Amino acid sequence: MKQVNRIVGGRCVDYDAEIGFTFNGKSYQGLRGDTLASALLANGVDVLARSFKYGRPRGIIAAGVEEPNAILQVGATEATQVPNVRATQQILYAGLVCRSTSGSPSLRWSLTGLVGRLFGRLMPPGFYYKTFMFPGFMWRFYEYVMRRVAGLGKAPTVKDPDIYDHLNHHCDLLIIGAGPAGLTAARVAGKSGARVVILDEQAQLGGCLLHMNNRIDGLPPATWLAQTLEQLTGLDNVLMLPGTAAVGYHDHNFIVAHEIVAHKTSGHKMAGHKIVNHAGRDDSPRLPRERIHKIRAAQVILATGAQERPLVFSNNDLPGCIQASATSVYIHRYGVLPGRRLVLMTTNDHGYQAALDWHAAGVAGQESDEKRGRARRQVVAVVDARPQADSPLIQAIRSAGIRVISGSAVIEAIGKRRVRGVKIAAIDSLGGSVTGKVETISCDTLASSGGWSPVVHLSCHTGSKPIWHDEYGCFVPGETIQAQHCAGAITGVMTLGSVLAQGAESGRVAALAAGFSLSLSDDDIPQAEAIEEAPGIQLFHLPHIKSTSRAPKQFVDFQLDVSAADIELAAREGFESIEHVKRYTALGFGTDQGKLGNVAGVAITARVLGKSIAETGTTMFRPNYTPISFGSVVGRDCGELFDPVRYTAIQSWHEQQGAKFENVGQWKRPWYYPRPGESMQDSLNRECLAVRQQVGILDASTLGKIDIQGPDVREFLNRIYTNAWLKLPVGQCRYGLMCGEDGMVIDDGVTAALGDNHFLMHTTTGGAAQILEWLELWHQTEWQELRVYFNSVTDQWNTATLSGPKSRDLLQGLTDIDLSGEAFPFMHWRVGRVAGIPARVFRVSFTGELSYEINVQANYGLRLWQMLVSHGEQYEITPYGTETMHILRAEKGFVIVGQDTDGSVTPDDLGMGWALSKQKRFSFIGKRGMARGDCQSRGRKQLVGLLPVDPEYLLSEGSQLVCDPAQIANMVGHVTSSYYSATLGRCFALALVKDGHRRMGETIYSPGVKSVSRATICEPVFYDPEGERQNV
Amino acid sequence: MKHLSMNHLPDSPREGHSPLAQAGSLQPPVGGLALSITEKVMLGHLVIRGDSDAPELARAIHDLLGLRLPSAPLQSCEDEHQGRVLRWVSPDEWLLTLPGENLTEVEAGLRARLDERFAIVDVSGGQTMLHLSGEDAELVLRKSTSYDVHLVNFPEGKTVIITFARSQVMLRRLSADSFELIVRRSFADYIWRWIHDAASEDGSALRKGDN
Amino acid sequence: MLRIYCPHCAEYRDEEEFHYAGQAHIVRPADPDACTDKDWGAYLYFRKNPCGLHHELWSHAVGCRKFLKVIRDTLSYEIRESSPIGGKTAVELSLPPSMPPGSNDS
Repeated sequence: MKQVNRIVGGRCVDYDAEIGFTFNGKSYQGLRGDTLASALLANGVDVLARSFKYGRPRGIIAAGVEEPNAILQVGATEATQVPNVRATQQILYAGLVCRSTSGSPSLRWSLTGLVGRLFGRLMPPGFYYKTFMFPGFMWRFYEYVMRRVAGLGKAPTVKDPDIYDHLNHHCDLLIIGAGPAGLTAARVAGKSGARVVILDEQAQLGGCLLHMNNRIDGLPPATWLAQTLEQLTGLDNVLMLPGTAAVGYHDHNFIVAHEIVAHKTSGHKMAGHKIVNHAGRDDSPRLPRERIHKIRAAQVILATGAQERPLVFSNNDLPGCIQASATSVYIHRYGVLPGRRLVLMTTNDHGYQAALDWHAAGVAGQESDEKRGRARRQVVAVVDARPQADSPLIQAIRSAGIRVISGSAVIEAIGKRRVRGVKIAAIDSLGGSVTGKVETISCDTLASSGGWSPVVHLSCHTGSKPIWHDEYGCFVPGETIQAQHCAGAITGVMTLGSVLAQGAESGRVAALAAGFSLSLSDDDIPQAEAIEEAPGIQLFHLPHIKSTSRAPKQFVDFQLDVSAADIELAAREGFESIEHVKRYTALGFGTDQGKLGNVAGVAITARVLGKSIAETGTTMFRPNYTPISFGSVVGRDCGELFDPVRYTAIQSWHEQQGAKFENVGQWKRPWYYPRPGESMQDSLNRECLAVRQQVGILDASTLGKIDIQGPDVREFLNRIYTNAWLKLPVGQCRYGLMCGEDGMVIDDGVTAALGDNHFLMHTTTGGAAQILEWLELWHQTEWQELRVYFNSVTDQWNTATLSGPKSRDLLQGLTDIDLSGEAFPFMHWRVGRVAGIPARVFRVSFTGELSYEINVQANYGLRLWQMLVSHGEQYEITPYGTETMHILRAEKGFVIVGQDTDGSVTPDDLGMGWALSKQKRFSFIGKRGMARGDCQSRGRKQLVGLLPVDPEYLLSEGSQLVCDPAQIANMVGHVTSSYYSATLGRCFALALVKDGHRRMGETIYSPGVKSVSRATICEPVFYDPEGERQNV
Repeated sequence: MKHLSMNHLPDSPREGHSPLAQAGSLQPPVGGLALSITEKVMLGHLVIRGDSDAPELARAIHDLLGLRLPSAPLQSCEDEHQGRVLRWVSPDEWLLTLPGENLTEVEAGLRARLDERFAIVDVSGGQTMLHLSGEDAELVLRKSTSYDVHLVNFPEGKTVIITFARSQVMLRRLSADSFELIVRRSFADYIWRWIHDAASEDGSALRKGDN
Repeated sequence: MLRIYCPHCAEYRDEEEFHYAGQAHIVRPADPDACTDKDWGAYLYFRKNPCGLHHELWSHAVGCRKFLKVIRDTLSYEIRESSPIGGKTAVELSLPPSMPPGSNDS
């Protein structure tokens, strides 16, 4: 298919590089350097979408991120689907496949289009809220239908094959926007030696220089731009990031920018990378598709420019209606003239440029058009809302023989799927009503300019409210506490000379603020030829001969189909705050954040409320400025890198043994070691019995270990633990319980006296980091006088626990330590060699059996483990995992903090009042808290054991307990741990039950889905209550 | 039983396994960023705690190690010949690394010179050292940490503890394009995989294990 | 994303390296056992929620592991000052001696 709208002279496209792509199943050709939008326009594709609510045909209206209509689904395969891509931001690449997302069943014949035409008047703002409220259960169905019809994109259903990346930057100056202001600022600041990053959302740097004609320093803009970019490329301290959109401006000058790396067409120096020049994704799969840049800048210059506001008139959404400046962009950057007969409607001089560009392109192409028998491209008329404006630009139009209709406006566009004419009428000087006869002019394109809206979005992200500038007729950035500067059109200043001067000055000021002083010479401030302008007028919503509610629809927000009538109605219905109008009408709620329509919406609201625009204010913009993909948010934190996985030194052995693993915090711990043919319960039964009858080995290396040294270590422990520590002899260990100031248990573990001034504290696996911080908190903020140091040695020591009646015999064969009960009693520790490796052995027990925890420096942990296992073969040593450990400790009634407690359990509730020292002089942490009346009163949940009446019945952990099966809402507690015990030959559980300590022997009920099960309350120690086995 | 120091392994056997011994099965990717990683295995790592103003601390460090105690934040002091580096960690904490065979002797020497007001903790098995070098080393760090590793802010010898991916490392600059990372043992595998992934953008050449 | 100055490391670091540890200047009663339940409850649970300057405790958890005091504006997120525990901040020094630390929160 021919590119019917392609003309010569596009500055950013390569006419020798044709690229094929597919839209809605049809093949087209574009040029390298095109955006998807320019390529579609070049091919004369008018309708790209159907509108959200009314199903009206929509085409391309803009050339940048503000585009509200041309939102497409891109991707050739299911895995590479990208929804909601703005055609104006998508660089064309060979083989690109895209399609419309709206228009059901097809773009030509849309169901909602019919509904919209027939019932549009019956769909006021709030229509969906008002209509689809009842019955509630139907919402799922409504939502399904509406989503299909509304035309939202589709997410891929299979794994994304691409990689995404994050990159951090630190700079003295971040310049957002590489137009004339931004580039000038970068040039100035770059000379100062400051670290400068300049980025632009467009793949080509230059901003409006890429399509304007004004000479700078006597040079054509393209030449000046090329020279400037070359200068910047030569500076090592300046980093340029084209195709990178600053999407979020966060506190303390932290800026998030989003780069689409793939499909880059041209490159500048980029993040230290070789520049890639690729057409498609597949030839370079190792590059990330997108990259998030996290930029921390000492100073930020916003040089984000301005976006042109189209005017609001009837049927202003017809394809063929376009921003005036966008026509210039398409002509000069891409060599695309998106129509033949132009009518231009403007409120200011800037709009005239589009007519001049169109006219010049028409004259240049006249010969070839005639040769091919095509209609000549021409400007039919310029409609100027100003009654008598005169300036060199207007004179240039007149002298080109183009009709200028002053004091008038386009009040309505005519056409079905494309503009074929416009209705024009004289209006009063305030633009409030039609004063003259209506004239109809035939045309296929209607460009309009209603002034400019500075891109204030980023400045809003940190909470700064934009303020209305009456002279410039736009919102400009308001006060901010960020180290932020503004330069160029964002300040409302539109003349090129002033923009360049502002750029240079902001570069100087920002560099100075960052500590780099320099003075500006004349050479630093580029000079632009001055063009005399006639003042523009503020006009947003054009009148019609009918009232707004009766006239054909006048759209304000294209993406969400919000019309001027909707806003007027909202204001009449009592929504006076602009934020409420926004939420009621959905104005600005689309993915375009209302970039085109927001100001017109504010102006209409202000008019109806009889207020000024300044009084009405604007809605706020929040991150992100443009949508970004989930992939880019995730970056590399996915798959096996989703979260750190921590391994002990024994991991390779566990894997060789076929262990099943359990995640405990970030640790991988062996859960159980199945043998061929075993079920999980079979393995657990085997492992449990092995420990109870022979000997088992557990990798306990993940337990938190904190080394505490200093003259005041005992006093510190005395304060932080509930029990006494002043007199624990060296060589012994003690179980300690730690509470918060509220008296609730937060951690427990065994702490050993390694020396008079040296202790080793064990914490739970999950609590290690928090407890270390807890100790530091008290030491650093309350008890600085205590001389004590804490260091984590969790990773330093590898711990192999031998547990079971044969553990002593096994270990004695490998160590020089005397393991006899007399020489090495329970709750003592000794140092010596085990298997030739220096080791510290603790005689503590979490299973209730005779146990030794052997600690060696972690580099020797695997060697020790292998020696224990091979030496243990004669004792039938059995490795056991965390699940067996849990069963064995529960049989003994040993709690696991965090499983049997939940932050609302005191030591007394656990029946561990024995661990509370009443004698301590210092009121230990938690003592006063647990003495509160509420902690002493009746009705507290207390730890008990449960024996299901049916011994085979396994209560679910977490299941609720009641006293009366007929009153299941009356809960008295819940099951915290529940297992089958091979030792006991039955199921058992631990539970927290209200007043449980007083209810021994009572029956309690657990209501299940189908039936209610019964259990008897008992003491929470099910095995060896005297503790004889661990004490042998 | 008197004060019993059991943080060190006298005449430690050499058959230990470094934290990254298990990472050996990872295949290096093809092509890639200009980067190499080396694990510096079986070094001695000693944490020294104490009041930086106490004169005996600086004296002990100087007499025993010939090093100046870094008292300014984020500084380090190195004796390349002896392979000893002393890093500032916090106002009352330093990390000394040294050849593993000198560990026992140095630890004992420090204990002999410093009384109970100071603390020495052996963490040789709890962490490991990586050297990251190559033209793209800084780039890979910038993918991994929010810390400013530009030469202007992070010159040779400066040492910081920072977030690294979703973990943390102690980082020191060795030269314009080489860095030392000290990572906790249990996170070493994750950090290794992360660097591997970050460097595999165009592919990479990763080496490990050779000292 | 806040940038917090660590007075110990003498550098600005990213918020992700720090842990927030609540309101600063909460003094543990000297004799907890003599406190009424009400007093103890106030110490345990009652915290300021100012719209404006807030005195906070942070820990440079990834880094030097030291705690620090931060004066932060809860409205703008601006950080006025950060200082070591025990050291006086400039704002505190400017207070009349009778005013307890933190009482200028408003």
